[in-house]
Amino acid sequence: MRVPDDPLAAIARGETLPSRVHASLAEEEMVLEIEDLSLWYGEAQALFQVSMGIPRGKVTALIGPSGCGKSTLLRSVNRLNDLIDGVRIRGDMRLAGESIYARGVDVIELRKRMGMVFQKSNPFPMSIYENVIYSLRIDGESRRDVLDEVCERSLKGAALWDEVKDRLGELALELSGGQQQRLCIARAIAAEPEILLMDEPCSALDPIATGKIEDLMQALRGEYTILIVTHNMQQASRTSDYTAFMYLGRMIEYGATEDVFTNPRLRSTEDYITGRFG
Amino acid sequence: MSEEARKPWGRRRRQARTSLLAAGEPQVWLTGGALVVCAAMVAGLLALVLWKGLATFWPRPVALIETDGGVYMGEVTRHDDYLPGAEVLAELTPESRAAAERQLAAAGRAGRRLVRTGNFRLTQSHFSWVDDFAVRGESRPEWAVVAERLEWGRFYGFPEAFVELGADGVERREEGPEAAWRAFRREHGAVRERRQRRRGLEKHEVGAVNRRQEEARLALREAEQALEDAPGDAGWQRAAEDARLRFEEVRRQADAEFARIRAEIDAVNAENARYRLEVRTAGEGAVPPQTATLGLDEIVRAYPANQLAAGGKLSVYLARWWEFLTDEPREANSEGGVFPAIFGTVVMTLLMSIAVVPFGVMAALYLREYARGGAVVSTVRIAVNNLAGVPSIVFGVFGLGFFCYAVGASIDELLFSARLPAPTYGTGGILWASLTLALLTLPVVIVATEEAIAAVPHSMREGSYACGASKWQTIRRIVLPRALPGMITGMILAIARGAGEVAPLMLVGAVKLAPELPIDGDFPYVHPERSFMHLGFHVYDVGFQSQNSEAAKPMVFTTTLLLIAIVAVLNLAAVGLRGKLRRRFAGGQF
Repeated sequence: MRVPDDPLAAIARGETLPSRVHASLAEEEMVLEIEDLSLWYGEAQALFQVSMGIPRGKVTALIGPSGCGKSTLLRSVNRLNDLIDGVRIRGDMRLAGESIYARGVDVIELRKRMGMVFQKSNPFPMSIYENVIYSLRIDGESRRDVLDEVCERSLKGAALWDEVKDRLGELALELSGGQQQRLCIARAIAAEPEILLMDEPCSALDPIATGKIEDLMQALRGEYTILIVTHNMQQASRTSDYTAFMYLGRMIEYGATEDVFTNPRLRSTEDYITGRFG
Repeated sequence: MSEEARKPWGRRRRQARTSLLAAGEPQVWLTGGALVVCAAMVAGLLALVLWKGLATFWPRPVALIETDGGVYMGEVTRHDDYLPGAEVLAELTPESRAAAERQLAAAGRAGRRLVRTGNFRLTQSHFSWVDDFAVRGESRPEWAVVAERLEWGRFYGFPEAFVELGADGVERREEGPEAAWRAFRREHGAVRERRQRRRGLEKHEVGAVNRRQEEARLALREAEQALEDAPGDAGWQRAAEDARLRFEEVRRQADAEFARIRAEIDAVNAENARYRLEVRTAGEGAVPPQTATLGLDEIVRAYPANQLAAGGKLSVYLARWWEFLTDEPREANSEGGVFPAIFGTVVMTLLMSIAVVPFGVMAALYLREYARGGAVVSTVRIAVNNLAGVPSIVFGVFGLGFFCYAVGASIDELLFSARLPAPTYGTGGILWASLTLALLTLPVVIVATEEAIAAVPHSMREGSYACGASKWQTIRRIVLPRALPGMITGMILAIARGAGEVAPLMLVGAVKLAPELPIDGDFPYVHPERSFMHLGFHVYDVGFQSQNSEAAKPMVFTTTLLLIAIVAVLNLAAVGLRGKLRRRFAGGQF
């Protein structure tokens, strides 16, 4: 099916249209495959047959105007939407080849393979140390040396070690906003997840803290796969390798960041990027 | 159109001043005033209780009042105004009648004073009314002595002689108030110690022997019962024989023990009986003065009231407070101490907290975390909230019917059948009382815990789920610690409500006088089936069921003061605990 000239108007009319996935993605090894995913909140449909693959070891950004479904898509990856009443899913996702939404999947085990960082940092009411090693504790790990090593590695990976190494026993809630968010990143990478999900992690932070987190993402790339939702297009263009543009629950265009930003195939993508709407 | 008509807002802006009502000035005064009224009521109540409660034990001077109708000596407790009847006036002497009519003309009322004259055995009354107009003279005799006794209340008189029965059978007398008093001070301490020893013998040692005998008897009864159920069984026959033999042996030992203890008690009594104080009363109204003999054994405390300086009065005051807090009651709860009631109140409140907090927290946890919203959950929540409005006596009746008669009777049937028909758990006791009050305060704990759990931010739960925690792990590690300060708030409210309830306790276990404490030194140390005394019930009993009500009235305030103090201490302890937990978990406004 041909992509119509005005896809957005077509969507508004209710037509379905194929998404434009750039060829560059075909060479990548995918850690996460999203296959024809549709999601309903009760009667309202929020995602319309989204299909994409998230490449290993790269930073993939989801951009789009408010309400386009990017956060919904992100939360569907680790099945956090299951906590909401009335959510219905059709389609599937595969993490390293294993289905996420098949019947009988152990959601708890699944979530342990992923890490998530939220828009507003949410450290637990415990010490910094306990926060970082939380995933290991709930797994039953209690050997002190293992926990210490993981804590140090994760805090170093989150660029927080030097600032807190002398006060690991203090309450995590006493850190500043930027430090708390880095703590949440440390907590997310402590279990060495196969994919790291970030839902607008910098939107509640000042520019300096934002810069630190963006540097962190660059450092984590390669070792970790990152899927980040952001409404800040400059951030997407700075930090990500691949960018997907979503609108009204549909994936419109998906390709290498440079291509999407400098040479978008679709007019609607260009309109959004240049700020003509959204 | 004129300028002003075109710009109507110009004039309004010039004239506009925020009205008083809009600015809220009167509302500030109104709300502040309401707060002041509430605070004043609470402060007033506390001040009243403090004033009357603290003043009870302060030793008053003893007055000797000469009237037309005779002499009265004692402590003046209060002053009253009244209208004397015509027959009363007719019986007066001419001077007194003139004085009475003068008072009536001036104030419309005559005054009279209530004097605690004591000496109940001689005069058959503890208190006497003395009319102001009948008073012909008043003095404070130097050697008026107040004696608090084990029985029959207080004694007022002048010490005349101290009599000591020597080991050789010869009486030695020391005459005169100074000598008698000196001798009294010398010997009374030792007499008191011997009396304490005798009490210890009577309570503990005799009690221990009784208990051993009772156990052997129960063992025998159990064996006999088993034999009845399976007659002909050789094993049970042998067991019954053994039990009977053991019972006989124990009874023989017990008799020997009793004899020994009796001998010891008799020795102590004989020793104490050697010392006597002869006291002369001042007479009371129509009753002439007489000389009475007080054994030193029956005197708890005595002091020459009018000779005491501030230091002496303070030491009597503190001694009375010490007795109040640590001793047992006597004279039908109107004298002595309230230690068993303090103990019972604290133990019952603690047991109640241990019972109510786990159940309340678990119920609230289910309602908030696991139950899917809907008609059933709403109904349960409404029912729980309405439970808080049920009158407390209804809980008492429920406790009696369910815990005592149903559950308790079943326990008796199963475990204590040898003691029947005397009920063990089938009647009121501290366990059933604590459980009944736990039911009463359950809604408070459930509501407070629910609020605290709901206040845990959803973002924190999501963070935990995203780390791969299960629902229970999230509850245990994130929700419950964060909600802990709120749960302690619920516990504080429960303690405050439960410690003060009296009505349900009257039905399920609080008694006027309990022979033993629910926790003591005999195995198994905690006796949940025993009845107990309770401060709130004690206030009711002392205030309204007392025979010597005038003497008991001040005790009502003192006991109330003590009850308020204990509840305040328990609450402060819980508030301190909550503060510490709040700092640790950085909770919110709970």
